[in-house]
Amino acid sequence: MGSTPGSADAVYLDGGVKTAAKILVVGHFAVGKTTFIGTMSEIPPLRTEERMTQAGAQVDDLMGVRGKTTTTVAMDFGRITLSEKLVLYLFGTPGQERFVQVWEDMTKGALGALILVDPERLKESFAVIDLVEQYGLPYAISVNHFDDTAIRSDDELREALDLLPETPIVTCDARDQKSSADALIALVRYLQTRTARSMT
Amino acid sequence: MNEPDEPIVESPELVRPYVITNGRGLPEDGQFNLITLVTASDQPRPAHLDPEKHRVLDLCAGGMLSVAEIAGHMKLPIGIVKVVLSDLSSEGYLVVRPPVPRAQLADVSLLQEVLDGLHARFG
Ligand SMILES: Nc1nc2c(ncn2[C@@H]2O[C@H](COP(=O)(O)OP(=O)(O)OP(=O)(O)O)[C@@H](O)[C@H]2O)c(=O)[nH]1
Ligand SMILES: [Mg+2]
Repeated sequence: MGSTPGSADAVYLDGGVKTAAKILVVGHFAVGKTTFIGTMSEIPPLRTEERMTQAGAQVDDLMGVRGKTTTTVAMDFGRITLSEKLVLYLFGTPGQERFVQVWEDMTKGALGALILVDPERLKESFAVIDLVEQYGLPYAISVNHFDDTAIRSDDELREALDLLPETPIVTCDARDQKSSADALIALVRYLQTRTARSMT
Repeated sequence: MNEPDEPIVESPELVRPYVITNGRGLPEDGQFNLITLVTASDQPRPAHLDPEKHRVLDLCAGGMLSVAEIAGHMKLPIGIVKVVLSDLSSEGYLVVRPPVPRAQLADVSLLQEVLDGLHARFG
């Protein structure tokens, strides 16, 4: 690999920033994670890749490629400076249960998660929702409507995804900044109500 | 380490990162999180610093970035970057802003600041 210094395209934070927070943007394959992060980020989204090796052979079913024992897990992320003192990072990755390391890193210290869901492919969201719950992160559901998909009622979604009555469900177009911001706002409001409740 | 079912983290090139970290394993849970903010300190660098450390310091000299951004720009795995950063930090070359402590994560005022910031930026 070349040794180009990274500083050429780095966009630095304002010197006064004291606090960094993070929110996860997760969901199954091709649901719009990268699009969402790109829409919201003030910097060109970045990506890191961790290469995972499976000592056993069970990686086959994961990759759908026989004999393949390593795979790369990518994490996309972006940044939003929220005030002179506060910056918010958005991290996105697909829900692949086996990539424990990546999930531990991502979930540790996160405020919560926005789970992107395609209403036509609800089953594919089960694994990601399980994983977020397993790590104890509070979450909101963002329904990304792809063209011509059927509109499902919140009740239908809540039932299909086995959500708590309090879990927020918002619709969102990840290509649209206002719509994506509203989804984040709904999540943060929900986090606030949970916090307020736990203090009384 | 090599439990049959446990994925092992590896770096993109098999040998180089091992050299970068002087053969040490990756730290379990150190000072650095993905969103720990880091910048270079004023401490002058010696001429003999490792090339990777030089590159990281060059990047950090421009201002403050998160650990994740450093990894993204350097095209190195997070684990490797954490090792390099903790070395540089213990040698005094970095100023480090740790992430919000766990107890404050669900802090009402932090969440309010996030909400206010989102409203201010996106209406
Ligand atoms: N209609 C519609 N299309 C979307 C939306 N979000 C993303 N897309 C499109 O869906 C495709 C996949 O989006 P990505 O952002 O790459 O999805 P991803 O979740 O990052 O995909 P992987 O990283 O491969 O899992 C792209 O062509 C997007 O333009 C949305 O909210 N509505
Ligand atoms: Mg993607």
